[in-house]
Amino acid sequence: MMEPMIEVRELTKRYAKYTAVNDVSFQVGRGEIVGLLGPNGAGKSTILRILSGFMPATSGTVKIAGYDVFHDADEVRRRIGYMPENNPLHMEMRVREYLKFRARLKGLSRAKTRERVTTVLEQCALTDVQKRIIGQLSKGYKQRVGLADALVHEPDLIILDEPTIGLDPNQLRSVRQLIKDLGGKHTVLLSTHILPEVEVSCSRVLILHSGEILAADTTENLHRTIFKAGPVVAEIAAPVNELIQAWAEVDTILHVDVAAADGEYSRCSLTPRDGIDLRPIVFNVACERGWRLRELSRGRHSLEDIFVKVTRGEKEEV
Amino acid sequence: MQAFFTLVRRELGGHFLSLTGYVIVATVLLLLGFSLNDIITKLNGVPIDAPITEVVYSTIYFWLILVLTTPVITMRSFALEKFTGTFETLMTTPVGDITVVLAKFFGALIFFVFAWLPLIAYLLILRRFVDHASAPIDLVALATTYLGIVLIGALFISMGTFASALTRSQIVAAILSFAFVLVLFLLSMRSLVPVEATGWEAEFFVHISMTEHMQEFARGVLQISSLTFYLTLTTFFLFLTWKVIESRRWK
Repeated sequence: MMEPMIEVRELTKRYAKYTAVNDVSFQVGRGEIVGLLGPNGAGKSTILRILSGFMPATSGTVKIAGYDVFHDADEVRRRIGYMPENNPLHMEMRVREYLKFRARLKGLSRAKTRERVTTVLEQCALTDVQKRIIGQLSKGYKQRVGLADALVHEPDLIILDEPTIGLDPNQLRSVRQLIKDLGGKHTVLLSTHILPEVEVSCSRVLILHSGEILAADTTENLHRTIFKAGPVVAEIAAPVNELIQAWAEVDTILHVDVAAADGEYSRCSLTPRDGIDLRPIVFNVACERGWRLRELSRGRHSLEDIFVKVTRGEKEEV
Repeated sequence: MQAFFTLVRRELGGHFLSLTGYVIVATVLLLLGFSLNDIITKLNGVPIDAPITEVVYSTIYFWLILVLTTPVITMRSFALEKFTGTFETLMTTPVGDITVVLAKFFGALIFFVFAWLPLIAYLLILRRFVDHASAPIDLVALATTYLGIVLIGALFISMGTFASALTRSQIVAAILSFAFVLVLFLLSMRSLVPVEATGWEAEFFVHISMTEHMQEFARGVLQISSLTFYLTLTTFFLFLTWKVIESRRWK
């Protein structure tokens, strides 16, 4: 079995009095796109800074591609493309000049630098602005310059801290697509506090709260495990009172909510007992009574719900 | 090595692409112009039996340039990068802390040397017009004078780089390095030296006096003691800077 790209074990980071990251362990396999999700101050940036080798951990170990971040710092840095929070750039430099500078700094030869800079300029759709001064570019372009810098030395692992913050919807879409395209070839770890972000770009998500990982799974599994008792929505052509009566006869239904929809249809929201999938049962009922069924779906909870539920649960325990 | 030269080039680019860089060059030019004016006035009066290079360093403008420009040159080196956040992208590249410190130092020093170049032109112009018999301008003395300027500049710049590494505010860095430089300068001028200093104390203050050192350099004399003074102190401040940069790993 191939060793994981990132292996974090019992990572703790303490500042003078307060603990930013508390006993965090996780793994990220090669080619995965993983989202680090948490509210502001949850410790996302701290974890990413430790992973990139900018800061040491108080305790615990971090291995990137098998190299220890603290002891083999140079080996690790060669394999990481890191874009910090707020995407700092040298604003007075020109796009191509900046990427050339960064590539040389990362140890690429002159010929390799020329080749790679041209490639990442194309990859990030920056070729048209390569001669412009970075400070005069729009935020979307600046963000892509930061991404191009993270990519220029062909790193195995790309770490992005809040890569889409402050972008307009169009810029957002292009940057997200760019990140998505990186998966497979590169491993990507990105942090965000915007929930749809993870749902769109990431295959797996780590939910972080107050320096601890509360949940780590694929977005699909999170839906399933946390909301196995999710309600089923059905739109059926039948009078409201008949529907209420029909549902009352089914004992696996815990809670019923029926309201009239447009025309002859009524909309039912049915909460099951013990996490049973109600959809076949609803279908059978409709068939038996000869009702027309227009819609039958299990309510999909957004990541937002999962997030609220997970972080709330934590608070209640405290 | 590649990273070092890339960074030095970037530092120079930073100086020459910023307004501050041109303000520094213009200020040095202006003060050097005053200084030349001063020298010509002196040469027009009573005959001087010292070499002209000695007249150069004894004008107030000479010291004004050294004390004023070095803090402004060095204030940006680390403070600006910390302020804009590029320090983080810099320190996550496979480049060692020492390389970064040395590149910042040499970048600033090269810019400093560049700003002083007009002095050579001034002295060569003077050389053309003075009577060689009465006021010779020795090329060796010219070279050692310039070396003296570079050595003092190197010390001031290492102090400034250290100050810049301590903070993320360029203003704080400038004020701090100005304070360092001023203390050394006032000690050289004996303004801070107790009047009753005698014996080894007096000797000590002579040994650390930059005006004494400059006098030797201006006469074309290279003394090991003054060379050691500048080189050790510069190395010491660069060492401190390195430790400050490294200290983020201790926290």
